[in-house]
Amino acid sequence: MTMIHFIRTNGEKVSIDAIPGSTVMEVAREHDLPMLAACGGSLACASCHVIVDEAWFEKLGELSEEEEDLLDTAHGLTHTSRLCCQIKVSDNIDGLVVNLTPME
Amino acid sequence: MSEPEIHGSDEIHTSDIVIIGAGPVGLFSVFQCGMLGMSCQLVDALPASGGQCAALYPEKPIYDIPAVPQLNAAELIDCLEQQIAPFAPIFHLDQQVIELQRVGEYWDLLTAAGKSLRGKAIIIAAGVGAFGPNRPPLANIERYEGRHVHYMVGEREQFRDQRVVIAGGGDSAVDWALALVDVAAKIYVIHRRERFRAAPDSVDKMHALANAGKIELVIPYQLAGLEGDKTSAEDSTLRAVLVKHLDGTERRLEADHLLAFFGLASKLGPINNWNLGIHNGGIAVDPTTCVTELPGVYAVGDIAMYPHKLKLILTGFAEAAQAAHAAYTVVNPGKALHFQHSTTSGIPGLEK
Repeated sequence: MTMIHFIRTNGEKVSIDAIPGSTVMEVAREHDLPMLAACGGSLACASCHVIVDEAWFEKLGELSEEEEDLLDTAHGLTHTSRLCCQIKVSDNIDGLVVNLTPME
Repeated sequence: MSEPEIHGSDEIHTSDIVIIGAGPVGLFSVFQCGMLGMSCQLVDALPASGGQCAALYPEKPIYDIPAVPQLNAAELIDCLEQQIAPFAPIFHLDQQVIELQRVGEYWDLLTAAGKSLRGKAIIIAAGVGAFGPNRPPLANIERYEGRHVHYMVGEREQFRDQRVVIAGGGDSAVDWALALVDVAAKIYVIHRRERFRAAPDSVDKMHALANAGKIELVIPYQLAGLEGDKTSAEDSTLRAVLVKHLDGTERRLEADHLLAFFGLASKLGPINNWNLGIHNGGIAVDPTTCVTELPGVYAVGDIAMYPHKLKLILTGFAEAAQAAHAAYTVVNPGKALHFQHSTTSGIPGLEK
């Protein structure tokens, strides 16, 4: 069991038991959470931007240069901003907390 | 192919089918419709065809087009344009669709450029929506757009002796900082991190100018707000750009202009208001026909939604064929659809 906790922009928490191997973006989309994910996970946009809970950020590992470059085009960035299409679901992230960002 | 009809000064561009979106699936819809003898016109918000393939990832290789082991997205668009050229589609680029209206047996579309496009059926191949500038979500930004807030720049001279804040970390931001350095009174470059994803030579030049005091780099900051002239009623004159350090510290930069270069973003926009039952950016369709809730209006490609939908170019191509065959009966009521493979029919209008 790998629980991912999504916090909506209104503060509501949605906890999902995710299947290892998919990405956090896919989990969000499959459960109809508001997320554009325009490019479908091909690292070509920043519309799956989430803010990772500070306690979890370092456990997710380093960002690739491509992800960093795309984050340049996101708004409302923090030190723990990520594109969640780049976060793989695995046992290691059981309990992950991510905050959704406003979808225009 | 129908010629445009002229009604007084209002020209109505008429074809059998109007396709919204000139990405790969919109382009291939022209082929499928053309094989059934239906004329098409396409409308797209971008100034060029290709949709996401051209705007977001022209250089990226694609491996899942049947019988084509590898090609990049820009090449895919080139090939599709060659494939549809025999059907002479008419392109209306650089204009978003605004309104869809039923007029008798036709659907009429109005575009942002004021064009009227008329078809017996509509195919929506709008992907994730129309591309436009990625606007920073700052309160009241629309008040200043055009005069003080810019997403593209035409004339250098409009910034003579003005204080300019440039936001972004790509080539546009760096290039315009360099281009305006001898024109503007003051240039700030706001970026969220040290690294710029721009041509290294240009980045070096910008750093040299910053060291010489000609450009002020405001790093690592991001935009936080706009401050207008509070003494005027509409408050539509920009006075300052507020920026925020990632740690929370704010700075107020007195400025006359903000150039915001965050690339492109897509939005469904007016399509949201067409009673198409849109949910999370998708239009519900019957996958066997791709018809939407509106008769004669079809949706194909990434925007078309049904259970177990796969968002692949491959799927979109097949949907284009489904939609074209379904639209045939709307375009040609009472006329039999004689199904033919392209191996038998050849390309209509081309010498066999």
